[in-house]
Amino acid sequence: MNRILKYILLDILKNKFVIAYTIMLAVIGWSSFTLEDSSAKGILTLLNLILLTVPLVSILFAAIYIYNSAEFIELLISHPIKRKDIWLSLFGGLAGSMVIAFILGAGIPLIIYSDLNQSILMLAIGIIITVIFVALAMLCTIIYKDKAKGIGLTIILWIYFALLFDGILLFLMFQFSDYPIEKPMVALTALSPIDLSRILMLLQLDSAALLGYTGAIFNEFFGNTKGMIISFMLLLGWIVIPLIISLKKFNQKDL
Amino acid sequence: MIDIKDISKSFGKLSVLRGIDLNLNRGQCIALIGPNGCGKTTLIKIILSMVMADKGEVSINGQLITKGIAYKKMIGYMPQIGRYPQNMTIGQIIEMVQSIRNTSENLDLSLYQSFGMDALLDKKMGTLSGGTTQKVSAVLAFMFNPPILILDEPTAGLDPISAEILKEKIIAERNNGKLIIITSHLLSELDNMVSEIIFMQEGKVAFHQSVDKLKTSTGTTNISEAILRILKSKTNE
Repeated sequence: MNRILKYILLDILKNKFVIAYTIMLAVIGWSSFTLEDSSAKGILTLLNLILLTVPLVSILFAAIYIYNSAEFIELLISHPIKRKDIWLSLFGGLAGSMVIAFILGAGIPLIIYSDLNQSILMLAIGIIITVIFVALAMLCTIIYKDKAKGIGLTIILWIYFALLFDGILLFLMFQFSDYPIEKPMVALTALSPIDLSRILMLLQLDSAALLGYTGAIFNEFFGNTKGMIISFMLLLGWIVIPLIISLKKFNQKDL
Repeated sequence: MIDIKDISKSFGKLSVLRGIDLNLNRGQCIALIGPNGCGKTTLIKIILSMVMADKGEVSINGQLITKGIAYKKMIGYMPQIGRYPQNMTIGQIIEMVQSIRNTSENLDLSLYQSFGMDALLDKKMGTLSGGTTQKVSAVLAFMFNPPILILDEPTAGLDPISAEILKEKIIAERNNGKLIIITSHLLSELDNMVSEIIFMQEGKVAFHQSVDKLKTSTGTTNISEAILRILKSKTNE
Protein backbone atom coordinates (compact mmCIF):
# COMPACT_ATOMS: atom_id res chain seq x y z
CA MET A 1 0.00 0.00 0.00
CA ASN A 2 2.82 2.39 0.83
CA ARG A 3 4.08 1.85 -2.67
CA ILE A 4 1.63 4.36 -4.10
CA LEU A 5 0.50 6.27 -1.00
CA LYS A 6 3.60 8.46 -1.06
CA TYR A 7 3.03 9.58 -4.63
CA ILE A 8 -0.67 10.29 -4.13
CA LEU A 9 0.04 12.27 -0.96
CA LEU A 10 2.69 14.36 -2.73
CA ASP A 11 0.36 14.98 -5.66
CA ILE A 12 -2.45 16.25 -3.42
CA LEU A 13 -0.20 18.38 -1.23
CA LYS A 14 1.01 20.20 -4.35
CA ASN A 15 -2.57 20.89 -5.38
CA LYS A 16 -3.31 24.63 -5.46
CA PHE A 17 -6.70 24.08 -3.84
CA VAL A 18 -5.13 22.40 -0.81
CA ILE A 19 -2.62 25.21 -0.47
CA ALA A 20 -5.46 27.77 -0.63
CA TYR A 21 -7.37 25.75 2.00
CA THR A 22 -4.37 25.85 4.34
CA ILE A 23 -4.13 29.62 3.92
CA MET A 24 -7.88 30.01 4.49
CA LEU A 25 -7.68 28.02 7.73
CA ALA A 26 -4.72 30.10 8.87
CA VAL A 27 -6.63 33.32 8.20
CA ILE A 28 -9.67 31.98 10.08
CA GLY A 29 -7.46 30.82 12.95
CA TRP A 30 -5.44 34.00 13.38
CA SER A 31 -8.42 36.31 12.96
CA SER A 32 -10.60 34.37 15.43
CA PHE A 33 -8.03 34.89 18.13
CA THR A 34 -6.89 38.41 17.32
CA LEU A 35 -10.38 39.87 16.76
CA GLU A 36 -11.94 38.44 19.91
CA ASP A 37 -10.80 39.89 23.21
CA SER A 38 -10.36 36.61 25.08
CA SER A 39 -8.96 33.28 23.95
CA ALA A 40 -12.13 31.53 25.22
CA LYS A 41 -14.25 33.57 22.84
CA GLY A 42 -11.69 33.09 20.13
CA ILE A 43 -11.78 29.31 20.37
CA LEU A 44 -15.60 29.38 20.28
CA THR A 45 -15.56 31.43 17.08
CA LEU A 46 -12.94 29.13 15.61
CA LEU A 47 -14.96 26.05 16.60
CA ASN A 48 -18.03 27.29 14.76
CA LEU A 49 -16.08 28.29 11.66
CA ILE A 50 -14.17 25.01 11.57
CA LEU A 51 -17.27 22.89 12.02
CA LEU A 52 -18.81 24.70 9.07
CA THR A 53 -15.90 24.86 6.61
CA VAL A 54 -13.76 21.79 7.27
CA PRO A 55 -16.50 19.23 6.49
CA LEU A 56 -17.51 21.05 3.30
CA VAL A 57 -13.99 21.39 1.94
CA SER A 58 -12.98 17.85 2.90
CA ILE A 59 -16.00 16.12 1.37
CA LEU A 60 -16.03 18.22 -1.82
CA PHE A 61 -12.32 18.11 -2.51
CA ALA A 62 -12.07 14.38 -1.84
CA ALA A 63 -15.04 13.59 -4.08
CA ILE A 64 -13.74 15.74 -6.95
CA TYR A 65 -10.27 14.23 -6.64
CA ILE A 66 -11.63 10.67 -6.80
CA TYR A 67 -13.79 11.46 -9.83
CA ASN A 68 -10.84 13.07 -11.60
CA SER A 69 -8.71 10.04 -10.84
CA ALA A 70 -11.02 7.60 -12.64
CA GLU A 71 -8.56 6.92 -15.48
CA PHE A 72 -5.64 6.84 -13.07
CA ILE A 73 -7.43 4.19 -11.00
CA GLU A 74 -7.96 2.16 -14.17
CA LEU A 75 -4.29 2.43 -15.00
CA LEU A 76 -3.33 1.27 -11.51
CA ILE A 77 -5.68 -1.70 -11.78
CA SER A 78 -3.90 -2.81 -14.95
CA HIS A 79 -0.78 -3.27 -12.79
CA PRO A 80 -0.26 -6.00 -10.19
CA ILE A 81 -1.67 -4.14 -7.21
CA LYS A 82 -4.75 -5.07 -5.21
CA ARG A 83 -7.89 -2.98 -5.48
CA LYS A 84 -7.94 -2.72 -1.72
CA ASP A 85 -4.48 -1.14 -1.72
CA ILE A 86 -5.47 1.36 -4.41
CA TRP A 87 -8.58 2.44 -2.53
CA LEU A 88 -6.91 2.67 0.86
CA SER A 89 -3.98 4.59 -0.62
CA LEU A 90 -6.38 7.09 -2.16
CA PHE A 91 -8.11 7.40 1.20
CA GLY A 92 -4.80 7.73 3.02
CA GLY A 93 -3.51 10.31 0.56
CA LEU A 94 -6.65 12.42 0.73
CA ALA A 95 -7.15 12.17 4.48
CA GLY A 96 -3.44 12.66 5.15
CA SER A 97 -3.07 15.76 3.03
CA MET A 98 -6.26 17.39 4.33
CA VAL A 99 -5.14 16.68 7.89
CA ILE A 100 -1.72 18.19 7.19
CA ALA A 101 -3.41 21.27 5.73
CA PHE A 102 -5.63 21.53 8.82
CA ILE A 103 -2.74 21.19 11.27
CA LEU A 104 -0.61 23.73 9.41
CA GLY A 105 -3.47 26.19 8.99
CA ALA A 106 -5.47 26.05 12.21
CA GLY A 107 -3.02 24.27 14.49
CA ILE A 108 -0.40 26.98 14.78
CA PRO A 109 -2.70 29.81 16.00
CA LEU A 110 -4.44 27.32 18.31
CA ILE A 111 -1.23 26.29 20.01
CA ILE A 112 -0.04 29.88 20.31
CA TYR A 113 -3.21 31.53 21.61
CA SER A 114 -5.17 28.88 23.43
CA ASP A 115 -4.92 26.71 26.49
CA LEU A 116 -3.00 23.53 25.66
CA ASN A 117 -5.73 21.02 26.64
CA GLN A 118 -8.36 22.89 24.69
CA SER A 119 -6.23 23.26 21.61
CA ILE A 120 -5.30 19.58 21.60
CA LEU A 121 -8.98 18.60 21.82
CA MET A 122 -9.83 21.12 19.12
CA LEU A 123 -7.09 19.74 16.84
CA ALA A 124 -8.21 16.17 17.49
CA ILE A 125 -11.79 17.09 16.62
CA GLY A 126 -10.71 18.91 13.46
CA ILE A 127 -8.59 15.96 12.36
CA ILE A 128 -11.35 13.43 13.01
CA ILE A 129 -13.97 15.58 11.25
CA THR A 130 -11.65 15.89 8.24
CA VAL A 131 -11.11 12.15 8.02
CA ILE A 132 -14.84 11.41 8.53
CA PHE A 133 -15.84 13.62 5.64
CA VAL A 134 -13.13 12.21 3.37
CA ALA A 135 -14.52 8.73 4.16
CA LEU A 136 -18.06 9.93 3.40
CA ALA A 137 -16.80 11.37 0.10
CA MET A 138 -15.32 7.97 -0.83
CA LEU A 139 -18.72 6.42 -0.16
CA CYS A 140 -20.52 9.03 -2.29
CA THR A 141 -18.18 8.53 -5.25
CA ILE A 142 -18.71 4.79 -5.15
CA ILE A 143 -22.50 5.11 -4.98
CA TYR A 144 -22.76 7.27 -8.09
CA LYS A 145 -20.57 6.78 -11.13
CA ASP A 146 -21.85 10.07 -12.48
CA LYS A 147 -19.78 12.98 -11.21
CA ALA A 148 -22.63 15.51 -11.02
CA LYS A 149 -24.83 13.16 -8.99
CA GLY A 150 -22.00 12.17 -6.67
CA ILE A 151 -20.98 15.73 -5.94
CA GLY A 152 -24.64 16.63 -5.45
CA LEU A 153 -24.85 13.89 -2.85
CA THR A 154 -21.79 15.21 -1.00
CA ILE A 155 -23.35 18.68 -0.85
CA ILE A 156 -26.65 17.24 0.42
CA LEU A 157 -24.75 15.32 3.10
CA TRP A 158 -22.95 18.46 4.15
CA ILE A 159 -26.18 20.49 4.32
CA TYR A 160 -27.76 17.71 6.34
CA PHE A 161 -24.95 17.41 8.88
CA ALA A 162 -24.00 21.09 9.12
CA LEU A 163 -27.41 22.76 8.98
CA LEU A 164 -30.46 20.49 8.78
CA PHE A 165 -29.59 18.17 11.63
CA ASP A 166 -29.57 21.03 14.15
CA GLY A 167 -32.93 22.12 12.85
CA ILE A 168 -34.35 18.64 13.26
CA LEU A 169 -33.00 18.45 16.81
CA LEU A 170 -34.52 21.82 17.70
CA PHE A 171 -37.84 20.80 16.15
CA LEU A 172 -37.90 17.60 18.20
CA MET A 173 -37.00 19.51 21.35
CA PHE A 174 -39.91 21.91 20.91
CA GLN A 175 -42.38 19.25 19.89
CA PHE A 176 -41.57 17.02 22.81
CA SER A 177 -40.71 19.68 25.35
CA ASP A 178 -43.35 18.33 27.75
CA TYR A 179 -41.53 15.03 28.01
CA PRO A 180 -38.15 14.19 29.53
CA ILE A 181 -36.28 14.10 26.23
CA GLU A 182 -32.81 15.04 27.43
CA LYS A 183 -31.52 11.48 27.40
CA PRO A 184 -32.84 10.56 23.95
CA MET A 185 -31.25 13.82 22.81
CA VAL A 186 -27.84 12.58 23.90
CA ALA A 187 -28.40 9.45 21.84
CA LEU A 188 -29.57 11.46 18.84
CA THR A 189 -26.41 13.54 18.73
CA ALA A 190 -24.51 10.38 17.90
CA LEU A 191 -26.21 10.54 14.50
CA SER A 192 -24.24 13.60 13.51
CA PRO A 193 -20.46 13.73 13.85
CA ILE A 194 -20.52 17.52 13.69
CA ASP A 195 -22.89 17.88 16.63
CA LEU A 196 -21.06 15.26 18.59
CA SER A 197 -17.80 17.17 18.13
CA ARG A 198 -19.42 20.49 18.96
CA ILE A 199 -20.77 19.17 22.26
CA LEU A 200 -17.46 17.54 23.13
CA MET A 201 -15.68 20.84 22.62
CA LEU A 202 -18.31 23.08 24.25
CA LEU A 203 -18.23 21.05 27.45
CA GLN A 204 -14.53 21.84 27.79
CA LEU A 205 -15.27 25.57 27.61
CA ASP A 206 -16.84 27.77 30.28
CA SER A 207 -19.73 28.59 28.00
CA ALA A 208 -21.11 25.11 28.71
CA ALA A 209 -22.90 26.69 31.65
CA LEU A 210 -25.15 28.51 29.18
CA LEU A 211 -26.60 25.20 28.01
CA GLY A 212 -28.81 24.97 31.13
CA TYR A 213 -30.43 21.72 32.17
CA THR A 214 -29.71 19.99 28.85
CA GLY A 215 -26.13 21.04 29.29
CA ALA A 216 -26.08 19.37 32.69
CA ILE A 217 -27.36 16.13 31.17
CA PHE A 218 -24.81 16.37 28.38
CA ASN A 219 -22.12 17.06 30.92
CA GLU A 220 -23.15 14.04 32.92
CA PHE A 221 -22.70 11.85 29.87
CA PHE A 222 -19.88 13.46 27.88
CA GLY A 223 -18.06 15.20 30.70
CA ASN A 224 -16.39 12.11 32.15
CA THR A 225 -13.72 9.91 30.67
CA LYS A 226 -16.14 7.12 29.82
CA GLY A 227 -18.37 9.50 27.89
CA MET A 228 -15.35 10.92 26.07
CA ILE A 229 -14.16 7.47 25.08
CA ILE A 230 -17.62 6.47 23.88
CA SER A 231 -18.00 9.61 21.81
CA PHE A 232 -14.57 9.20 20.23
CA MET A 233 -15.48 5.60 19.42
CA LEU A 234 -18.65 6.88 17.78
CA LEU A 235 -16.61 9.35 15.74
CA LEU A 236 -14.23 6.58 14.72
CA GLY A 237 -17.27 4.58 13.64
CA TRP A 238 -18.16 7.44 11.33
CA ILE A 239 -14.78 6.90 9.65
CA VAL A 240 -14.60 3.13 9.61
CA ILE A 241 -18.14 2.28 8.52
CA PRO A 242 -18.33 4.45 5.36
CA LEU A 243 -14.78 3.42 4.47
CA ILE A 244 -15.46 -0.31 4.78
CA ILE A 245 -18.72 -0.07 2.82
CA SER A 246 -16.99 1.90 0.06
CA LEU A 247 -14.08 -0.55 -0.01
CA LYS A 248 -16.41 -3.55 -0.34
CA LYS A 249 -18.24 -1.82 -3.18
CA PHE A 250 -15.01 -0.77 -4.89
CA ASN A 251 -13.76 -4.38 -4.87
CA GLN A 252 -16.77 -5.39 -6.97
CA LYS A 253 -17.07 -2.28 -9.07
CA ASP A 254 -16.96 -2.16 -12.88
CA LEU A 255 -14.74 0.71 -13.93
CA MET B 1 -1.90 -17.82 -23.78
CA ILE B 2 -5.19 -16.03 -23.20
CA ASP B 3 -8.24 -18.28 -23.09
CA ILE B 4 -11.59 -16.59 -23.13
CA LYS B 5 -14.56 -18.87 -22.56
CA ASP B 6 -18.15 -17.83 -23.05
CA ILE B 7 -17.80 -14.35 -21.60
CA SER B 8 -21.02 -12.38 -21.19
CA LYS B 9 -21.53 -9.00 -19.64
CA SER B 10 -24.40 -6.60 -19.41
CA PHE B 11 -24.64 -3.17 -17.85
CA GLY B 12 -28.17 -2.96 -16.55
CA LYS B 13 -30.45 -3.83 -19.45
CA LEU B 14 -27.77 -3.24 -22.04
CA SER B 15 -26.07 -6.47 -22.96
CA VAL B 16 -22.56 -5.59 -24.13
CA LEU B 17 -20.91 -8.98 -24.58
CA ARG B 18 -22.85 -12.09 -25.50
CA GLY B 19 -20.81 -15.24 -25.25
CA ILE B 20 -17.30 -14.44 -26.44
CA ASP B 21 -14.96 -17.40 -27.05
CA LEU B 22 -11.40 -16.65 -28.05
CA ASN B 23 -8.04 -18.31 -27.92
CA LEU B 24 -5.04 -16.02 -28.31
CA ASN B 25 -1.46 -17.24 -28.51
CA ARG B 26 2.05 -15.89 -28.25
CA GLY B 27 3.60 -14.44 -31.38
CA GLN B 28 0.27 -13.18 -32.59
CA CYS B 29 -0.47 -9.56 -33.18
CA ILE B 30 -4.20 -9.24 -33.06
CA ALA B 31 -6.34 -6.35 -34.20
CA LEU B 32 -9.58 -6.09 -32.30
CA ILE B 33 -11.90 -4.07 -34.46
CA GLY B 34 -15.57 -3.32 -34.78
CA PRO B 35 -18.06 -0.47 -34.72
CA ASN B 36 -18.43 1.82 -31.70
CA GLY B 37 -20.15 0.14 -28.80
CA CYS B 38 -19.46 -3.39 -30.01
CA GLY B 39 -17.80 -4.33 -26.71
CA LYS B 40 -14.09 -4.11 -27.56
CA THR B 41 -13.19 -1.94 -24.59
CA THR B 42 -15.36 -3.99 -22.25
CA LEU B 43 -13.61 -7.18 -23.37
CA ILE B 44 -10.21 -5.63 -22.70
CA LYS B 45 -11.39 -4.35 -19.34
CA ILE B 46 -12.55 -7.85 -18.42
CA ILE B 47 -9.12 -9.27 -19.27
CA LEU B 48 -7.57 -6.65 -16.99
CA SER B 49 -10.30 -7.32 -14.36
CA MET B 50 -11.41 -3.71 -14.36
CA VAL B 51 -14.84 -5.07 -15.18
CA MET B 52 -16.20 -8.32 -13.75
CA ALA B 53 -17.82 -10.64 -16.25
CA ASP B 54 -21.34 -11.87 -15.51
CA LYS B 55 -20.65 -15.27 -17.01
CA GLY B 56 -17.71 -17.22 -18.37
CA GLU B 57 -14.05 -17.23 -17.51
CA VAL B 58 -10.73 -15.87 -18.69
CA SER B 59 -7.48 -17.67 -18.03
CA ILE B 60 -3.96 -16.58 -18.82
CA ASN B 61 -1.36 -19.33 -19.12
CA GLY B 62 -3.91 -21.67 -17.60
CA GLN B 63 -4.43 -19.50 -14.53
CA LEU B 64 -7.89 -18.06 -13.96
CA ILE B 65 -7.71 -14.28 -13.68
CA THR B 66 -10.14 -14.27 -10.78
CA LYS B 67 -7.55 -16.20 -8.74
CA GLY B 68 -5.30 -13.25 -7.98
CA ILE B 69 -3.50 -10.23 -9.32
CA ALA B 70 -0.13 -11.83 -10.09
CA TYR B 71 -1.07 -12.38 -13.74
CA LYS B 72 -1.03 -8.63 -14.34
CA LYS B 73 2.75 -8.75 -14.18
CA MET B 74 2.54 -10.39 -17.59
CA ILE B 75 0.47 -7.59 -19.11
CA GLY B 76 1.42 -4.16 -20.35
CA TYR B 77 -1.61 -1.97 -20.94
CA MET B 78 -1.81 1.29 -22.80
CA PRO B 79 -5.15 3.04 -22.29
CA GLN B 80 -6.92 5.03 -24.95
CA ILE B 81 -7.09 8.16 -22.82
CA GLY B 82 -4.41 8.35 -20.18
CA ARG B 83 -5.18 10.84 -17.45
CA TYR B 84 -2.78 11.05 -14.58
CA PRO B 85 -2.79 13.04 -11.35
CA GLN B 86 -2.07 16.63 -12.33
CA ASN B 87 0.83 17.34 -10.02
CA MET B 88 2.78 14.12 -10.45
CA THR B 89 5.82 14.39 -12.65
CA ILE B 90 6.63 11.91 -15.40
CA GLY B 91 9.56 10.72 -13.28
CA GLN B 92 7.30 10.06 -10.29
CA ILE B 93 4.78 8.12 -12.39
CA ILE B 94 7.52 5.89 -13.78
CA GLU B 95 9.04 5.44 -10.33
CA MET B 96 5.65 4.59 -8.85
CA VAL B 97 4.85 1.95 -11.46
CA GLN B 98 8.33 0.49 -10.97
CA SER B 99 7.68 0.17 -7.26
CA ILE B 100 4.29 -1.47 -7.90
CA ARG B 101 5.91 -3.93 -10.30
CA ASN B 102 8.68 -4.28 -7.79
CA THR B 103 11.34 -4.64 -10.42
CA SER B 104 14.21 -2.56 -11.66
CA GLU B 105 16.03 -5.17 -13.70
CA ASN B 106 15.42 -6.27 -17.24
CA LEU B 107 13.76 -2.99 -18.14
CA ASP B 108 13.06 -2.22 -21.77
CA LEU B 109 14.07 1.41 -22.17
CA SER B 110 14.02 1.64 -25.97
CA LEU B 111 10.76 3.61 -26.20
CA TYR B 112 11.80 5.69 -23.20
CA GLN B 113 14.89 6.69 -25.12
CA SER B 114 13.33 7.18 -28.54
CA PHE B 115 10.59 9.38 -27.08
CA GLY B 116 13.24 11.44 -25.25
CA MET B 117 11.64 10.95 -21.84
CA ASP B 118 14.88 11.79 -20.05
CA ALA B 119 14.41 15.47 -20.78
CA LEU B 120 10.82 15.45 -19.59
CA LEU B 121 11.15 13.67 -16.24
CA ASP B 122 10.42 16.79 -14.17
CA LYS B 123 7.37 17.86 -16.16
CA LYS B 124 4.05 17.73 -14.34
CA MET B 125 1.41 15.55 -15.95
CA GLY B 126 -1.09 18.42 -15.84
CA THR B 127 1.03 20.50 -18.19
CA LEU B 128 1.56 17.82 -20.85
CA SER B 129 -0.17 17.73 -24.23
CA GLY B 130 -2.38 14.79 -25.12
CA GLY B 131 0.31 13.30 -27.34
CA THR B 132 3.01 13.45 -24.68
CA THR B 133 0.63 11.83 -22.18
CA GLN B 134 0.12 9.03 -24.72
CA LYS B 135 3.89 8.63 -24.97
CA VAL B 136 4.09 8.22 -21.19
CA SER B 137 1.39 5.53 -21.37
CA ALA B 138 3.28 3.76 -24.16
CA VAL B 139 6.57 3.88 -22.27
CA LEU B 140 4.90 2.39 -19.17
CA ALA B 141 3.24 -0.38 -21.17
CA PHE B 142 6.47 -1.56 -22.81
CA MET B 143 8.92 -0.83 -20.01
CA PHE B 144 8.60 -4.05 -18.05
CA ASN B 145 8.98 -6.45 -20.94
CA PRO B 146 5.57 -8.06 -20.43
CA PRO B 147 4.76 -11.10 -22.60
CA ILE B 148 1.30 -9.67 -23.33
CA LEU B 149 0.64 -6.16 -24.59
CA ILE B 150 -2.81 -4.65 -24.74
CA LEU B 151 -2.93 -1.39 -26.65
CA ASP B 152 -6.14 0.60 -26.88
CA GLU B 153 -5.96 2.98 -29.87
CA PRO B 154 -2.20 3.27 -29.42
CA THR B 155 -1.41 5.80 -32.14
CA ALA B 156 -4.41 8.09 -31.65
CA GLY B 157 -3.11 11.52 -30.70
CA LEU B 158 0.53 10.80 -31.50
CA ASP B 159 2.40 12.84 -34.07
CA PRO B 160 3.39 10.91 -37.24
CA ILE B 161 7.00 10.42 -36.20
CA SER B 162 6.14 9.09 -32.76
CA ALA B 163 3.37 6.94 -34.22
CA GLU B 164 5.95 5.42 -36.57
CA ILE B 165 8.36 4.77 -33.67
CA LEU B 166 5.57 3.05 -31.75
CA LYS B 167 4.54 0.95 -34.76
CA GLU B 168 8.10 -0.22 -35.29
CA LYS B 169 8.30 -1.11 -31.62
CA ILE B 170 5.06 -3.09 -31.85
CA ILE B 171 6.38 -5.03 -34.86
CA ALA B 172 9.69 -5.70 -33.08
CA GLU B 173 7.88 -7.04 -30.02
CA ARG B 174 5.64 -9.23 -32.18
CA ASN B 175 8.74 -10.72 -33.76
CA ASN B 176 10.06 -11.33 -30.24
CA GLY B 177 7.14 -13.71 -29.74
CA LYS B 178 4.89 -11.56 -27.62
CA LEU B 179 1.13 -11.54 -27.76
CA ILE B 180 -0.11 -8.12 -28.81
CA ILE B 181 -3.74 -7.01 -28.85
CA ILE B 182 -4.52 -3.73 -30.56
CA THR B 183 -7.83 -1.98 -30.90
CA SER B 184 -7.99 0.63 -33.59
CA HIS B 185 -10.35 2.40 -35.90
CA LEU B 186 -7.59 3.29 -38.32
CA LEU B 187 -7.61 0.13 -40.41
CA SER B 188 -5.02 1.47 -42.83
CA GLU B 189 -2.30 1.63 -40.19
CA LEU B 190 -2.84 -1.99 -39.15
CA ASP B 191 -1.29 -3.31 -42.37
CA ASN B 192 2.17 -4.84 -41.82
CA MET B 193 1.56 -4.79 -38.10
CA VAL B 194 -1.13 -7.34 -37.35
CA SER B 195 -1.28 -11.05 -38.08
CA GLU B 196 -4.87 -11.74 -37.07
CA ILE B 197 -8.13 -9.88 -37.12
CA ILE B 198 -10.97 -10.23 -34.66
CA PHE B 199 -14.05 -8.42 -35.82
CA MET B 200 -16.67 -7.82 -33.16
CA GLN B 201 -20.24 -6.81 -33.73
CA GLU B 202 -23.03 -6.35 -31.22
CA GLY B 203 -21.18 -8.11 -28.46
CA LYS B 204 -20.20 -11.16 -30.49
CA VAL B 205 -17.16 -12.22 -32.45
CA ALA B 206 -18.25 -11.81 -36.08
CA PHE B 207 -15.08 -13.44 -37.37
CA HIS B 208 -11.57 -14.32 -36.22
CA GLN B 209 -9.12 -14.95 -39.03
CA SER B 210 -5.50 -14.54 -39.94
CA VAL B 211 -4.75 -11.58 -42.16
CA ASP B 212 -3.31 -13.75 -44.95
CA LYS B 213 -6.41 -15.90 -45.13
CA LEU B 214 -8.61 -12.87 -45.05
CA LYS B 215 -6.76 -11.28 -47.94
CA THR B 216 -6.77 -14.38 -50.11
CA SER B 217 -10.41 -15.22 -49.43
CA THR B 218 -11.53 -11.73 -50.35
CA GLY B 219 -8.95 -11.20 -53.09
CA THR B 220 -7.74 -7.91 -51.70
CA THR B 221 -4.33 -6.55 -50.79
CA ASN B 222 -5.01 -4.62 -47.62
CA ILE B 223 -7.01 -5.01 -44.46
CA SER B 224 -9.44 -2.13 -44.84
CA GLU B 225 -10.57 -3.31 -48.26
CA ALA B 226 -10.94 -6.88 -47.03
CA ILE B 227 -13.07 -5.82 -44.08
CA LEU B 228 -15.26 -3.61 -46.23
CA ARG B 229 -15.74 -6.46 -48.70
CA ILE B 230 -16.83 -8.81 -45.94
CA LEU B 231 -19.19 -6.26 -44.42
CA LYS B 232 -20.78 -5.59 -47.79
CA SER B 233 -21.26 -9.28 -48.54
CA LYS B 234 -22.85 -9.71 -45.12
CA THR B 235 -25.34 -6.93 -45.64
CA ASN B 236 -26.19 -8.37 -49.06
CA GLU B 237 -27.04 -11.75 -47.60
